[in-house]
Amino acid sequence: MPTFFEKKQLVTPGELLAEGDYQPGENTYMEENRIYAQRIGLVDAENKRVNVVALRAFYVPKVGDIVIGTVIEVGFNGWTVDIKAPYTAMLRASDVLSRPFKPQNDELSQVLNAGDLIVAKIASYDRAHDPQLTVGEPGLGKITRGQIMRVTPTKVPRVIGRKGSMISNIKQETGCQIILGVNGVILVTGKNTADEELAMMAIRKIEEESHTSGLTDRITQLLKEEKSKMEENKT
Amino acid sequence: MSTVLTRVKQKQIAQLIDAGKRLDGRGLTDHREFTIEEGLIERAEGSARIRLGKTDVLVGVKIETGEPFPDTPNDGVLTVNAELVPLASPNFEPGPPDENSIELARIVDRGIRESKAVDTEKLCIEPGKKVFVVFVDVYILNHDGNLIDAAALAAVSALINAKMPNYEIEDGEVKIKTGYSPLPLKSHPITVTMAKINDKLIVDPWIEEEQVMDARISIAINDEGNICAIQKGGAGFFSPQKILEASKLAQEKAVELRKKLGW
Amino acid sequence: MNDKPEKLIDKKGVRLDGRKADELRPVKVQVGVLPNADGSAYIEHGKNKILVGVFGPREVHPKHLSMSDRMVIKCRYHMAPFSVQERKSPAPSRREVELSKVIRESLEPSVFVDLYPRTGIDVFIEVLQADGGTRCAAITAASLAIADAGIPLRDLVVACAAGKIDDTVVLDLYDAEDKLGMADVPVAYMPNLNAVTLLQMDGVLAPEEFETAVNMAVEGCKKIYLVQKEALRTKYMTTVVKEEAEE
Repeated sequence: MPTFFEKKQLVTPGELLAEGDYQPGENTYMEENRIYAQRIGLVDAENKRVNVVALRAFYVPKVGDIVIGTVIEVGFNGWTVDIKAPYTAMLRASDVLSRPFKPQNDELSQVLNAGDLIVAKIASYDRAHDPQLTVGEPGLGKITRGQIMRVTPTKVPRVIGRKGSMISNIKQETGCQIILGVNGVILVTGKNTADEELAMMAIRKIEEESHTSGLTDRITQLLKEEKSKMEENKT
Repeated sequence: MSTVLTRVKQKQIAQLIDAGKRLDGRGLTDHREFTIEEGLIERAEGSARIRLGKTDVLVGVKIETGEPFPDTPNDGVLTVNAELVPLASPNFEPGPPDENSIELARIVDRGIRESKAVDTEKLCIEPGKKVFVVFVDVYILNHDGNLIDAAALAAVSALINAKMPNYEIEDGEVKIKTGYSPLPLKSHPITVTMAKINDKLIVDPWIEEEQVMDARISIAINDEGNICAIQKGGAGFFSPQKILEASKLAQEKAVELRKKLGW
Repeated sequence: MNDKPEKLIDKKGVRLDGRKADELRPVKVQVGVLPNADGSAYIEHGKNKILVGVFGPREVHPKHLSMSDRMVIKCRYHMAPFSVQERKSPAPSRREVELSKVIRESLEPSVFVDLYPRTGIDVFIEVLQADGGTRCAAITAASLAIADAGIPLRDLVVACAAGKIDDTVVLDLYDAEDKLGMADVPVAYMPNLNAVTLLQMDGVLAPEEFETAVNMAVEGCKKIYLVQKEALRTKYMTTVVKEEAEE
């Protein structure tokens, strides 16, 4: 029962990965008893399950995901939010307002207007319905400070790092608060713009070099170097 | 509002086809019964109406005079247009030609043009200056499947039926005389459309079969048995072997139809 | 009018542009060339220069065009006014409308449309320079652009034409051969699934010649497929190095 690849080989859509007693995993599909890749990515097999880690994919909502989105429209009983996914999301007024919602009295645009950024959680989503958001938990809601950047969603786990090691290092070195939306939108809030830009540069570098090794150390090193440069320039 | 086939019906059609049969009792490679009526529109220089099962297509041919194209100064002009008339189907809407009517017109055009059905050289009145322009207008009156073959057969029938006015050139002026001559034709192309359902080829798909098929292929064959136009349609695919199978089947059916039509 | 050449292919089997009967024009492709598109590709196939941008999956507007159980694919094949010898009006011609349809139908079998209901993808094809075989080159680039957008595919779609000039069946006609030749057979193909997704023909071919042409075009497709895969690898390989164990 053969496989046709080497560990972590780059494969393209339609490439034959395995034949026989295997299961199709992430970004693969099965035709008769053959498994093919669906996306460009790195292939690997785990216990007879063939997976492709996609190098290029868009965000597909999952219930429970923390995402960062932009309000695009104020509606009658809620807001339409762009979460950089194939589907726009809805945030109901009843979720945001702590009291019962009266359409005539409450001016929704005062609470959230088009162009506002929010951190939210996917409350519900299925094939037949657009994702519904909730901001009814601590840490969620309107964003008032900081800078926004986007990375391709498949790279978010790399930015987090093993056991959060990567993201903790960045937070530590730059003193910034960083919220990573699963949808690839990232909020960086620091004491000043210089710190924020440093953190953003580090994240961009991670996105570019995501599959190299020793990345965590290199990033930490880079951040330390940049910080000392910044200190020198101050004095 | 499109009519959606129920899952039950889809399954029924597919199961029958697996058993080599179709909902209306036909074999997989049988055409529906058809009749062609010629010359029913007197105002037109040529006309024909086909009823292929319940698919009803009327083609009118108008012949006018005009200028030739600059790169073919000695040839008459042939142009084919198709109209999916709204009364023919709940899915046809009024308006400018959409991609379906444009594709239909171009497929019918290709069959006629590439087979040189109309002898365009004989349509030349004054080289570079005046030629006959043949307008072939396909009018779909009822859509019950396989508009391509119905339109193609009716178009060629209308061309066979068409008559050109006699003329003579007097002092550099074209003068129309009395009497008519038949439109000069060199070939009578026959188009055969096959749908693929469950990997089987079925000839002359009926509308419900078209809704279930995953792809179709239309092949036009000229009098000599050569292929002069092909168009694959639909969102599915064919293996190369299936294409060659379709080619053979089209040739067989073309021979059958040619005999039936007397072309 | 330009003087028509006596022969399009000489006794030694050499064509006017120096190629042999079964030789492809050079093909170069680049992926990810448009920063604002979700996916994009640029192809040079012979003198054809074609740019493709893909947007989506995204919500469909107007809403009544969306389908509740699957993704809708929209495709626009368009030629720039300066792409051909005689300036072409920017308004869509009937040929462009037909090509938009057949190209869409050639790409659709490769897309897993059931995965993202109520969404759509837009494929915009702009022919910047044309020299015969534009629909094939467009399909080759469009399929890459769709893959570049991260849309899951059964296989890449690659396309190539064969035809007949003088009495010989040849591969990959350029404009002069298409205009003066006897037949043109464009074919689009998914190599791993042995599936033909576009097939057209105009001209006159005996059935055996048609068979030769189809087989020749399929072989041509397989060669161009390697160029497609290489283009994807080049774009995505720059950041990928064999990963060693992490600390």
